[in-house]
Amino acid sequence: MIALEKRPQPSRLWRAATPLLAVALTMLAGGVMFAALGADPVEAIRVIFWDPLFDPDFAAYSRPQLLVKAGPLILIAIGLAIGFRSGVWNIGAEGQYIMGAICGAGAALALYPAETRAILPLAVLAGALGGWAWGMIPALLKVRFGTNEILVSLMLVYVAESILASVSSGLLQNPEGMGFPGSRNLAQWDAAANRELIAGTGMHWGVLTAFVAVIAAYVLMSRHILGFQLRLSGEAPRAARFAGVVPGRVVVICFAISGALAGMAGFFEVAGPAGQISIDFGSFYGFTAIIVAFLGRLHPVGILLAGLLMALTYIGGELAQLMLGLPAAAIQLFQGMLLFFLLATDVFVNYRLRLGRREAA
Amino acid sequence: MDLTAIQPAILIASLMVSSTPILLAALGEMVVERAGVLNLGVEGMMITGAVAGFAVAINSGSPALGFLGAAAAGAALSLAFAVLTQLLLSNHVATGLALTLAGLGLSALVGKPYEGMKAPSLPKLDLGPLAEIPFFGRVLFSHDVMVYLSLALVAGVWAFLRYTRAGLILRAVGESAEAAHALGYHVIRVRILAILFGGALAGLGGAYISLVRVPQWTEGMTAGAGWIALAIVVFASWRAGWVLVGAYLFGGVTVLQLNLQAAGAAVPVALLSASPYLVTILVLVIISARGLQGAPAALGRSFHASG
Repeated sequence: MIALEKRPQPSRLWRAATPLLAVALTMLAGGVMFAALGADPVEAIRVIFWDPLFDPDFAAYSRPQLLVKAGPLILIAIGLAIGFRSGVWNIGAEGQYIMGAICGAGAALALYPAETRAILPLAVLAGALGGWAWGMIPALLKVRFGTNEILVSLMLVYVAESILASVSSGLLQNPEGMGFPGSRNLAQWDAAANRELIAGTGMHWGVLTAFVAVIAAYVLMSRHILGFQLRLSGEAPRAARFAGVVPGRVVVICFAISGALAGMAGFFEVAGPAGQISIDFGSFYGFTAIIVAFLGRLHPVGILLAGLLMALTYIGGELAQLMLGLPAAAIQLFQGMLLFFLLATDVFVNYRLRLGRREAA
Repeated sequence: MDLTAIQPAILIASLMVSSTPILLAALGEMVVERAGVLNLGVEGMMITGAVAGFAVAINSGSPALGFLGAAAAGAALSLAFAVLTQLLLSNHVATGLALTLAGLGLSALVGKPYEGMKAPSLPKLDLGPLAEIPFFGRVLFSHDVMVYLSLALVAGVWAFLRYTRAGLILRAVGESAEAAHALGYHVIRVRILAILFGGALAGLGGAYISLVRVPQWTEGMTAGAGWIALAIVVFASWRAGWVLVGAYLFGGVTVLQLNLQAAGAAVPVALLSASPYLVTILVLVIISARGLQGAPAALGRSFHASG
């Protein structure tokens, strides 16, 4: 008989080890999946995890992509993780990301074709405000009426997608686009473009902001009284209330931070890698960031590493599509499995296995 | 715009068809939540059911087998959730999200070869002269068997929870797992069975979308129906009869907005297509403002018998 026995203290060793174990298990299960799809599993794993970084033919292109893809994931996940640690479940980051992109691009395009350096920071601010405002809807409904924030934030993703479809063939449509849906290309307009800062690295303003957010989140959560209050409300809501932490304030702060960060990520994406507002702009980053946040143990440094790893699976997945003809959905499933295995192995942080018969209670 | 093009009888009949997927999924989730488990993976199980049902129906030529396959696939996916949350004690919210993300990926992968195909159609149940009755015949007696099955399931679940011993045990587990455990009931076993039932119903609901409502397979076709089902459970205050009311209400909004779009109403299309989600939010606000009633006390809490 195998039984689980609660540890007196959560194991620090396991807390660090489970993400690695989960990655290893996902590679195994993924290998089986790739074999079932008719690809050589070892080769598939190599193409996904090794070739984007070290293959002489592809690395020059795909290495910079690592930061391009990791930037938005890290930026969004940092905000989500602050909420998750505080017991506030913002699942609608994808919607905040889309609204940030729309508001940022809208603010910039309102000034088209001006050429001043103020446009980019202005648009970033507008993007952050857009994501913030979209996040405030579930937060305020939760505080005022006690509405479930998971469901409301998620419903708002679909609303944001409707708005995106509407503006890309309406309000923000490129007047010189010959009637095609989609806005002007921001990446080709110097004043608003989110350009690569160091050539050949993929480093753009969004990636830089993500790194700053990692440091800021670390300081906030580990060194600041507000971070302590947030963590307290996540781990012991009643104790937090006795300590004078107002629950509504926690909800609003968490949604404000995560909404604004997701909104900024949306604008950086639309002004750089994506280029324009179009109907298929929504890229699932808002959902994948949830995996990144958990894989990074809800800790800023962990999220940095997890974001890079998840970006690698994106790029490797594209490469595997190209080289081995693996379907794009296989990578999505691969990422989903990663979260599954992580949650499954997490049991060992708080419990240990005990073999042998359970004694009578 | 031409509102006369919208006929009430057809509107109500199509309302019942478009509500059935959400009704099935919400009913299953209601049972799961009454057992004290919060499974946020409904969307993932629905879309998996949609693709599994479609694939089985295409390959076997039988929609009935398709629905069976969908139920099995939904239950199989929910088993993963059950193992994680009940045996490995993982967080319900995070695991449910993982289930949805994995389900979306899995369904896209499995469904690739089936895109653009047409499903064998589910015949309407022949009710003879009943279907000839003006208005009511069209509204009530001109549906396929799944619509009636979903209504029978509502009655069945209601009676099960209210009148049977097993239903009482399930509710006890959801209200206080510790008390139920102390009385000698197998909390984990009851919860796993409830999760499997919820998964099977979500799978059926998904298959109803891909086999009857659309009837085609396209990636991500459930489009949030699973999340709306979760909202309906809250709306219904965890009661079977109100799940029916909630599902038909949302089905009504969906059908009405589609009809308004088709009739060329002077309302922006974006607003119309977002309306089911906006109505969901609105209803959640109204329900929550009144104060949540009937939520199982142990909802979303893991149970570990510490001996």
